[in-house]
Amino acid sequence: MSLSDSLISFRNSFISPRFVQNSAGQFFSSGHTNNWAVLVCTSRFWFNYRHVANTLSVYRSVKRLGIPDSHIVLMLADDMACNHRNPKPATVFSHKNMELNVYGDDVEVDYRGYEVTVENFLRVLTGRLPPSTPRSKRLLSDDRSNILIYLTGHGGNGFLKFQDSEEISNVELADAFEQMWQKRRYNELLFIIDTCQGASMYERFYSPNIMALASSQVGEDSLSHQPDLAIGVHLMDRYTFYLLEFLEDIHPSSKTNMNDLFKVCPRSLCVSTPGHRTDLFLRNPESVLITDFFGSVRKVEITTEPKFSIHQSYSDSDP
Amino acid sequence: MYFLASLSERRRGQLAALSIAAVVIVVGVPLWWRTTETYRAWLPFSQIKDLSKLQLHLSADVEVVFARGTLTPEQQKKLPLTQTQDEEHAVDENTVLRYTHEIKYRTATIMEEEALGKPTAAEADLSLHMLSESPCGSSVVYVIPEVSSLLPENVKVYIGQRRTAILRINAEMRAGKTVEQLLAVLKPQIKQVLQVMSFSHTDITAALSDRVRFNPGSKESMTHSMRAFTSSPGYEITFSLLNPDPRSHRLHWDIEGAVQTYIQPFLTKLSPLANFSIDSQMLHYAMLGVNPRYNNDRGAFILHADSLAHVINPVEARLGSNAASSNPVLNFLLYVPDAQHSPLYIQDHKKMDVPSNAFHSPRWGGIMVYNVKNLYGPEAEFPVNININMAEVMGVFLTQLRLLVGMESSPPPPGFLVAPCGSVGLADWELDRLMWSRSVENIATATTTITSLAQLLDQIGNIVINDNIAQQVSSAVTSVQLAVAELEAGNLGFALQYSKETILASEKAFFDPSLLHLLYFPDDQKFAIYIPLFLPMCVPILLSLLKMASEARRRYREKQAKKD
Repeated sequence: MSLSDSLISFRNSFISPRFVQNSAGQFFSSGHTNNWAVLVCTSRFWFNYRHVANTLSVYRSVKRLGIPDSHIVLMLADDMACNHRNPKPATVFSHKNMELNVYGDDVEVDYRGYEVTVENFLRVLTGRLPPSTPRSKRLLSDDRSNILIYLTGHGGNGFLKFQDSEEISNVELADAFEQMWQKRRYNELLFIIDTCQGASMYERFYSPNIMALASSQVGEDSLSHQPDLAIGVHLMDRYTFYLLEFLEDIHPSSKTNMNDLFKVCPRSLCVSTPGHRTDLFLRNPESVLITDFFGSVRKVEITTEPKFSIHQSYSDSDP
Repeated sequence: MYFLASLSERRRGQLAALSIAAVVIVVGVPLWWRTTETYRAWLPFSQIKDLSKLQLHLSADVEVVFARGTLTPEQQKKLPLTQTQDEEHAVDENTVLRYTHEIKYRTATIMEEEALGKPTAAEADLSLHMLSESPCGSSVVYVIPEVSSLLPENVKVYIGQRRTAILRINAEMRAGKTVEQLLAVLKPQIKQVLQVMSFSHTDITAALSDRVRFNPGSKESMTHSMRAFTSSPGYEITFSLLNPDPRSHRLHWDIEGAVQTYIQPFLTKLSPLANFSIDSQMLHYAMLGVNPRYNNDRGAFILHADSLAHVINPVEARLGSNAASSNPVLNFLLYVPDAQHSPLYIQDHKKMDVPSNAFHSPRWGGIMVYNVKNLYGPEAEFPVNININMAEVMGVFLTQLRLLVGMESSPPPPGFLVAPCGSVGLADWELDRLMWSRSVENIATATTTITSLAQLLDQIGNIVINDNIAQQVSSAVTSVQLAVAELEAGNLGFALQYSKETILASEKAFFDPSLLHLLYFPDDQKFAIYIPLFLPMCVPILLSLLKMASEARRRYREKQAKKD
C-alpha cells in the first residue's frame, strides 16, 4: 500500500470505465458449444433459508434444462436441509405448504459451508486454483462456453456479503470478469443477482459480452416472498420465486428469448424494480434464447461415411 | 507561553522538533515504504511488449520433380533451379502472416523413374516412399506426362499417403516454352496442390482464433473452427458402451484389443501434438432420453436429426470422468437399442438414412447406434449373447476422432484424388497440416496469455510476483521467440515442441494460485486506516516546524529592517 499506488488508484477512480473494444463485434457471431453455471449462495444461518432455496431452485431449473452436474459449480454457504432446526430434514422447500422440494435426490454441492469464501469464488472464476483441486470444483470453460452466474445473499451498494464476515465489491467482481475475458474463458456471460441493491453489483462491469440482471435498483431492498408457518422462515425471495415460475415453463426446445426474462417480476409483484444491463452484450437480447444460458442444447453433426474402410484391412478382429 | 519560555528552552524545543522531523523523514518514510511494498520479481516487460505484435513467418520446402517425357532437352539443361513463393497477409494491426515456399525444381533419378512406372498410383507412392523419406513439413510433387497411365482419366492430381503428390501435365502446357514460362504456367497448379497438402491461409487464420476471431466466410469454416478441440497438452478419450436392456442383450466387446489395433496407432502418430489417455466403461440401463418414432414403411424406429441435439445431455449426466485431470474429454458412445425399439436408424435433414448411423457433437465426442436385431431370431432365448463387430465400430469412431482432432473435412478441389489414409488412419501430410495449425495456435494463445498477464501485473500494483512466476514467464517468452524462429526456418518438429513448452509455461504462470488479487482497497478505506495512525503524530511536528519557519522569517525581516 505505498503512497504512489494509492495516488495512482485515486487518479484511476476518476477515469471512466473502459469501453467495449470496437473490434469485438467481429468476435461473437460464432456461437457456443457448451454451457456452464456457477450458482452461489453467500449467507449462512437458519433465518437465511430463503437464500439457499433461491440457489437450489435455479440449480434445479438448470439441471432440468440439460446442464449436467459436471458443468455446474454449486456453492452453498450453509446446510439447510440437514439443519437441526429443519422440521422436515433432507428437504428445502420453495413454495409454502411444502409444494415443491427443490433439494431432491440428486444434488451435488461443490463448495459447502465455510468453503464458500470470496477467495474461493474468485479462484473458481479466474481459474487460479491449487493443482490438487478436483475436477468437480473447477470451472473448466473455454472460449466457446456460455456461463450463467447466479449470486444471492445480503448485499448493499457496491458489495455482497459472504458468510457474514467478508464482502466482495463490485470492482473486484468486474476485475474478475475482465480476467476471464482476457483468458477467453467465456463466450457469453449471464449474470443474475438477487440481493438488496443488486443493480450496484453490475455497474462496474467493463468486459464485453456480459448481460446482467438484478432484483432491485440501488437504494431499494429486495424482499422475500412468503413465510411458511410450519418451517418458520421465509422460503424464497420474490424475484427468484417468479424467476422459478418463469423457468418452469421453459423446456429444452423452447424458443423464449431474453426480453421475456427481463419482464419477470414487475414492480407490482416484486415491490422492488428489477434492472438489467445489456450494453456490453453484442447480440440483440431478442435473439438470445433462454436455453442459451439455462440449458445445454448441443450442436450436432451427422458423421458421413469414413474415407477409409477399415474392415478391409482387418478381417480377423473377432473378439 | 511562548514569550515566557527562555531562549535556551525554545532552542531545545526547536531542536527536538527538527530532529523528530528528520528521523521521520530520513528513517521512518523509507522504512514504511519498504515494509509495505509487495515483493515483485523482475519480469521482461519490454520483451513481452514486443510479443504483442505477432509476426509469424511460415516456410516449407517443396521439391518438384519432373519425370521423363515432361521436359524437352533444352528445358532439362536449365534444371536444377530454385524459386521462392512468398505471400504476406496482414490479419489485423497486430498480426502479420507471411508464407514462404522454397521450391526446388529438378529431374527425376533413374530409381524414381522406375517407381513412377508402376501400374497404379498407390504402388508408385509406396515405392517412392521407400526411396527417400521427406522430412517433416516438406512436400514433393512429381510431374508426369499426360501419356502416363499412372493416374485415371479424370484425375489431374493424386495425393499420396506420405508427403508426395503426382501431378499430370498437359502437352499444350509444355510445348515450345522456355523453362521460365513453363514454371510460370505450373505455378498456380503447384499452389493448388500445396493448399491441400501444406498450410493454407484459411487454416492458419482459423488457428489464430484466440487472438483474432473472424466473421467466418462460410458456414463450413465456422463449423470447422468450432468443432475441433482447442490445443491442450493432453486429452482423455472415453469409450462407453450403453446397454439399456441387459435383460435381452448381453453385450461383449473387446475394447482393449480394438483400441490397441485401431486407435492406438493413430494416437501414437499424433503423439507430437499431445498426450492421450484412454479409458472405457459399460453403462447398463442407460436410455437415450429421446423417444424414436416408429416408421411403418421401414419397419424400424427412426431418430430424426433435429432430435439428436437433445440426446446427449441426459446421457452425459451418467458418464463418469477422471476426477484427477483437467484435460478435455472426448466421449465416444456406442448405443445398442433395446429389443422393443430395435432396429433404430438415424435420418438426416433430407429424410435419408445415415449410412454410418452415427453423429458427433463439436468439442464433445460422438455417438453411434449399433443395431443387433438382425443377429438373432424371434425364438432366441433371452438374454442373447452378442459379440460386437469392433472393426465397424472403430471405423466410425476413428472418423469422428479425426474430425474432433481437427482434420479437414471439406472435399478436395475437382480433379484431385486423395489416397485413403491407410491402416493408421492418418496421412503424413495431414499430420503436417495439424502440426502447422497447432504450432500457430499455441504461439498465438501463449502470446495473448503472456501479454495479458503482464498487463494485469502492471495494472494491479498489489499482486505479489514470486520468483517462480517470473521464471515461468521468462521461460515462456524465450520459448515463444524460439518457436517463431524455428517456424521461420521451416523446422516444424522443433517449432511444435517449443510452442508446447511455451503454452505450458505461460498457462502455469497465468493460473498460478498465488496471483489472486484480493487486495482491493478503496481509497476511502486507505485514508481511513492511515489517518488515525499518522495524523496525531504529524500534527505537532508540522505545527512546530511551521512556527520555526514563521519565526525565522520574522527574524530575517527584522534583520532586513535593521540593516535599512
